[in-house]
Amino acid sequence: MVRVYVPTSWRRFTGGCARLEHDAADVRGLLDWLIGEYPALGTEIFDRGGNLHRFVNVYVNDHGIDELRGLATPLEREDEVAVIPAMAGGATRSRFTPEQAVRYSRHIILPEIGGVGQRKLLNAKVVLIGAGGLASPAALYLGAAGVGTMGIVDFDSVDLSNLHRQVIHGHANIGRPKVDSARDRIADVNPDVKVVAHTEALTSENAMEILGQYDIIVNGCDNFATRYLVNDAAYLLKKPLVDGSIFRFEGQATVFMPGQGCYRCLFPSPPPPGAVPSCAEAGVLGALPGMIGIIQATETVKLILGLGEPLVNRLLLYDALAMEFREVKIRRDPECPLCGDNPTVKELIDYEIFCGAPMAATGG
Amino acid sequence: MVDVRVPAPLRAHTQGAKLVQGEGGTVAELIDDLDRRYPGLKAGLFDGSGKLRQFVNVYVNDEDIRYLGRLEAQVGPGDTVSILPAVAGG
Repeated sequence: MVRVYVPTSWRRFTGGCARLEHDAADVRGLLDWLIGEYPALGTEIFDRGGNLHRFVNVYVNDHGIDELRGLATPLEREDEVAVIPAMAGGATRSRFTPEQAVRYSRHIILPEIGGVGQRKLLNAKVVLIGAGGLASPAALYLGAAGVGTMGIVDFDSVDLSNLHRQVIHGHANIGRPKVDSARDRIADVNPDVKVVAHTEALTSENAMEILGQYDIIVNGCDNFATRYLVNDAAYLLKKPLVDGSIFRFEGQATVFMPGQGCYRCLFPSPPPPGAVPSCAEAGVLGALPGMIGIIQATETVKLILGLGEPLVNRLLLYDALAMEFREVKIRRDPECPLCGDNPTVKELIDYEIFCGAPMAATGG
Repeated sequence: MVDVRVPAPLRAHTQGAKLVQGEGGTVAELIDDLDRRYPGLKAGLFDGSGKLRQFVNVYVNDEDIRYLGRLEAQVGPGDTVSILPAVAGG
């Protein structure tokens, strides 16, 4: 039997059925049968002249029938046919290209995402702080998912010692700016993504301007000064902050929604310089940032789509050696100097003085 | 006995153990008991003025002790106390 996939928007015509099966010799035969079973689909698929609507894409095993033999494309048992109206929100302007309809087909067939959700991803603007361990997997998955605009802030260059965990970079890029290396890799993964390279350190002077251009901030920085800077800027800009951090074999992740608690509510003050060693000093398991960075990518996609329960007011703790996940609660602290009832931090401050330490590299 | 999860930076005081046990009806009593068993642990948690360090959180089960009466937060058998320092790596 040939399997037919029915997209979400048409399931009202098929009694909610997403997958149908029928034997047909070719695509036209299959569509004729489909319309015979569900007559309301007729005008959705064909125009008055009996031709496929321009905005309807038909795929046989992921290949558009335009590349095959059109409606005469022969079908065999076990073939999978998808009939997808390449429209999101009804505007012709926003139709997917045939390549996009295939590239994102596994998203589009998810009822929770569909064409409308994929369009949201393509319209989303996400900024990654750092192009290091956490940002590498996050950027790869966000790029692959079709997040349309991705800013990357990092002033550092690719070093050989980065490559055991910073999987977006490769050997050929050692010595190049990380943002350039990351941009090239993302362009190869998905040419739909516009990468905006911010080859500079994030500072109190430029943070509002840079981060203000984006919808969601993903934190992959490697030092406390930048963590407090990003936290304060995200809150002042009223942007969600998808936070992650790692140490040796353990990681933490959470999402700060403005007004529902922030990094200062979780940790009111940074440790004194030297109290907590950096990855360079203490070492880090190469796969660790992969786990946390992908959690950050997942949460970012959920926020863009408005899907599921975000990791808000919960700090997810990951222990790679125990292979264990736990959660603790995060509450908004009424005494928080940033987001509390009587805030004293109303603009960005000098974070190197606050932390008693330089910002160093942005993404470890 | 109360289970206590010790973070990596403090395991130097617990012979590397990430899970230890102690006794006490409050977090303060528990920490004093732990410091007897594992000398130096308390100094890692408190600053010079005797206050819990602001980059180290203590949880009873999943709740921050700042919302349970701080060091006077009640603990008992079956509870798990977690010590969690801020980490910055990325």
